This record gives sequence, C-alpha cells and structure tokens, in this order.
Amino acid sequence: MNTLPRTLFDKVWDRHVVVSETVDSPAVLYVDLHLVHEVTSPQAFDVLRARGLRLRRPERTLATMDHSTPTDPAQVAGRVPIAVESAARQVRQLTRNCQEFGLELLGMEDDRRGIVHIIGPELGLTQPGRTIVCGDSHTSTHGAFGALAFGIGTTEVGHVFATQCLLQRRPRTMAVDVTGRLGPGITAKDLVLAIIGRVGVNGGTGHVIEYLGSGVEALSMDERMTICNMSIEAGARAGMVAPDDTTFEYLRGRPRAPAGESWERAVADWRTLRTDPDATFDRRVSHAADVVEPMITYGTHPGMVVPLGGCVPDRPGDAVHAESLAYMGLQPGERLRDKAIQAVFIGSCTNARLSDLELAAKVFAGRRVAPGVRVLIVPGSQSVKREAEARGIAQIFLDAGAEWRESGCSMCLGMNGDTVEPGQYCVSTSNRNFEGRQGKGARTLLASPAAAAAAAVRGCITDPREFLH
Amino acid sequence: MEPVTVIRSTTVVLPATNIDTDQIIPARYLTMTSRGELGTALFADWRYDASGQPRPDFVLNQPQAQGSRILVAGRNFGCGSSREHAPWALHDWGFRAVISTEIADIFRGNSLKNGLLPIVVGEDTHRWLLAHPGAEVEIDLPGSCIRLSDGTAVPFPIESFARHCLVNGIDELGFLLAHGDAIERHERRAG
Repeated sequence: MNTLPRTLFDKVWDRHVVVSETVDSPAVLYVDLHLVHEVTSPQAFDVLRARGLRLRRPERTLATMDHSTPTDPAQVAGRVPIAVESAARQVRQLTRNCQEFGLELLGMEDDRRGIVHIIGPELGLTQPGRTIVCGDSHTSTHGAFGALAFGIGTTEVGHVFATQCLLQRRPRTMAVDVTGRLGPGITAKDLVLAIIGRVGVNGGTGHVIEYLGSGVEALSMDERMTICNMSIEAGARAGMVAPDDTTFEYLRGRPRAPAGESWERAVADWRTLRTDPDATFDRRVSHAADVVEPMITYGTHPGMVVPLGGCVPDRPGDAVHAESLAYMGLQPGERLRDKAIQAVFIGSCTNARLSDLELAAKVFAGRRVAPGVRVLIVPGSQSVKREAEARGIAQIFLDAGAEWRESGCSMCLGMNGDTVEPGQYCVSTSNRNFEGRQGKGARTLLASPAAAAAAAVRGCITDPREFLH
Repeated sequence: MEPVTVIRSTTVVLPATNIDTDQIIPARYLTMTSRGELGTALFADWRYDASGQPRPDFVLNQPQAQGSRILVAGRNFGCGSSREHAPWALHDWGFRAVISTEIADIFRGNSLKNGLLPIVVGEDTHRWLLAHPGAEVEIDLPGSCIRLSDGTAVPFPIESFARHCLVNGIDELGFLLAHGDAIERHERRAG
C-alpha cells in the first residue's frame, strides 16, 4: 500500500500501471476507454490487418465520426452525397473497419453521434479515475472528470487496439491553482485563455496539469471541460480536475454511468480521487479568477492573447511576432475592440455544449447578425442539437440570421469544407488560431461564445458584457 | 522498421518558433485512408502560392535543401494536434531528424515511432545551428551526440527505450504484445 501523499494524477496513474517503468523501458499503462474517429484510425486498422491481430477489448472502444463529416443537414441525412469525396471515403472506411473488427460505432445516422469529446461525457463513458485516450489532442477534455485523458498518434491507436495498453513514461505534474471566482459575464474560456497567456504555449510541456482551487470548484462540468480541453494549448497532454459532487451530479443517470449499487460503490471510490494535502507538484502556478477579463487572441497561437479591451502588444525586434501580426493583418498597439470581422464560428469540442449555446443565445435574443457577417453555429453533438431545438435556442439563432448545422468539428479545422475565406477575420469559440487552421489565409480570433455572439451582432470585436445582464 | 543509427547531412533551417502541426501539414491533407506519400504536403501553406506553384523564397523549394535529412527549427516545434501525419510528412520528404530547443510531447512520441529523431539541444548549440544553415551535421544515435562541422560534439537526451527500438529497428507493438500475461492479470485484478 502506497502511503506517501499523492496527487490526483498519481492515484489514477498508479491504478493503471500493468508493468512498472525502469531506466530501460517505459511503463505499460492500461487504457480503460479508447475513443476512435475517422481521421486518425484507418492506418491503425491496417496494421491490425497486416499482422493478423484483433481488438483486444472491443467493448472498451467506441468509434464515432466528427472531424471530416459534413454539417449540412442534407448531406448528413444522406439525401445528397457528402461533398468532400475524400471525407466520404473516410466515413465509409470507418464503417467497414468497425464492422470487421467488431467495435461499436455511432455513425452518421446515429442520434448519439457528435464530437468525440462531447459524446464521451454525455453518454457517461467519461468517468473519474479512468484512463481515456483518443487519436486527438483535445482528449484532454475528459480530464474534467478526474480521468487521465490524453491524445495519441495513429501508431499508438494501433497499440491500444491490439493490447489495450500504451508505453508511457510518467509525466511531471503541474498545479494551476485558481483563486477567487470569475466575475459576471466572464467565462471558463476567458479563464483558460488567460492561463495559457500566462504560462505560454509550451509552459505545460512534459506535464499533466491539475486545475484546483476555489475558482475551479465553482465551475460547472461544461466549464471544467472547456478548461481541460485547452490544456494541450499550454503544451500539457492532459489536464485534470478532482471529481466532486458537481461531477457526480453530472454523471448520475447517464446511459453508460454505473447505476444502482454500483453507482454508490463508484461514487465512494471516486471520492478518494483527490490530491492529498501534503502531496507536491513539480511545478505550481496560481491564477486569480476575479481579475480575468473577456479575452481574445490576436496572433497565430493561443498564447498570443489579451483582454478584449486591450491592444495588440508591441514586441520590437521579435521577428516571429511581426510575422504573426503580418499574417493577422494587425499593427502593434492597435486596439482590438471595434475591429471589423467577417465571420463567426460557435462550435468545437471547446465550446459547443448546451450551456455554450445558451450563453450565445442570450446575446442573440431579439437581435440580428450584422450585415456582411457569416455566422456558423455547430452544436457539439446531435443530442446538444436536439436539446437546443427543443428549448427554442436554435430558433433564436435562425431568427438572428445565423446558420444552424448538424454536429461535428466543422470550422474548427475546416476539414469538411466549412472554412473561412482567405484574409477574413473569424471570431471563433474553437481552440486553435494557427495560420490556415480555419482555411488557407483565414485569420482566427479565439474567444468565448458570448464574445463570438457579440461580435456577430455588432460586426466587430465587442465586449459581450454589453449584452449580458 | 529500418534501424536508425548515424545520420549525416546538411541542415535545413526554419527559425520560426512554435511551428505547429497545422503548418507541418494542413488539415485538408488528412482525409487519406492509407499510409500514402505525404512529402508533397509538407509545409504546404508556406511552400506553395495560391495557384499551387512552389514559392521560390521558401527554404524547402531551394536547391540546397534537396536531399537534406536534418531540419533545424525554432523553439516548441510540433505543438498542436496529435496527427501522426506530421512526422509522416517530414519523413516522406526525406527528413530523419528535427532539432530544436523544445519539441511538443505528442509530436515527439509520434516521431520516435516513425524513424524521425526529435532532438532537443541547448540554446548555444541551437544558436550555432540557426546561424549556419546548410552546415554538415552528424547525429550519432547510439552515442546520443551531435557532431557539428566545427568539431564540437554535443550530447542530447533521448529516452533510452525509444533509442533501443530505433537503433535495433524494433517496433513497440511487438514489445507490448509480449506483455500479454501481465495485461491479463491486470484486467482480472481491476475487474
């Protein structure tokens, strides 16, 4: 029995070590849940085929389609063919692979389909203490439940298929202690952007982050997911939040969550998944929530971020900064507020859950999208879509003049043809503002759903608090 | 996998910091379903103009870059997505090593599984490499050191198991499969 004080990460890691690490070899780490999508899995299935292997634990594996899939209702329903032929091929390939290898697929026609990091929690598959992997870097999202969840490459997808395990060196730990509480109209997105701006896009490299403190405990599960989702934008493969009553209430009654007596047993166990009082982290950062302002990025990585009321920083002599601003068409010292924008994207695994859409709807209610602005709103899952329609939120978007789509990753990475035109500014609730991320030449400004909706209504960068009372 | 031991080559230098996986290979090239040839998609948005023609001012389009096997890049190379297409594209183009002062976690792991060495060096060595594009460099993987053309030898850190696999051409899946009994015991214990 290990009696040394341990962090949340240590506790989850220790439970999953199949073979301990040595100087010569990494640990063999067991994977409880493997999520699969159409883009990073085809070559892994090919490896199984080539080596005559099967899935070791198909029941611990769930596949869906999200990255390259259309969001146009006619294409999703199969009334017209999928416009991007290579995407259609990936969708067909995943369907065939799932049949051949016997794993569950929530395919195009399934009403539980959605962005992989949104449906895991919705189904109750994402549970405290689990190890969760997926061929996608935003797998860190699931850490909001006190799971150890991280993105893997396609070779590792093959490893998990065949052995349900990965070879891993134990990462270092980093605590991000959030003090105080977010002010009115300030979102989890603003908080995580502020944290990334502070620690830098490489500040978490080699670490697993645990977010803790009163500012984190006060957050809903949706908000915790937004925070953990963007851990990778600080370089950390995983972000975690200790499970608490908020977590348990979210999970209770979900289709794949434990029920009855096993629920009670599970909760009792989950309550032990907390960092011990005397446990130490390799690094500790503290961040005050009460001073966080609405944030917006101005550059080509998520660390290039300022309060929305601020100006583009001037970094004389920094050629990379200058190149980034040239791509963005911005000048050092330029004020961001009131800058005209041409597109708005509300969606992605960062901000496409129901509460994100509800927040955006508060801004859109009774207002119209500014002339000349394209607004694409893409729910994170078919379940979010149905719920938003049932509650009248979708109608608010449509009445405002926004496009309301089927679920998927969509304009976050523009694989499915949902892209921003070259040179256009897009206020986006997604997670990456890299050059060309939303389409070649597209200029992404990352912000919260409230700020995105406010920009849509005014046609320029706007403090959302003007619209939130 | 073919063993990797010593790489000797001139370098190509891309000094930008935070070169992310969307720059290494934009998402629109990820819709393939096989392990196809991705060398032409490497750095596509920097390499080609709007009409798809190579930009003569981009380093990979210049004659001295052809045949190079070592890329020297600015700090925090490979940040962003988990797409293994990034190391595939670099490898398909001909690179066998990337040198930076910092390399993102997922990219580093993916590279090691594809015969692309992610090499982290200190600021001084990095500065020298950035200042000498096209320098002849030797990377000695078994000895874990880089030899620069000025005669300097610089050790670099590399995870011992990954090095063992690369030098001997061992793939990690075989190693994991050999632990089948331990995995079964764990599954019985964890229920």
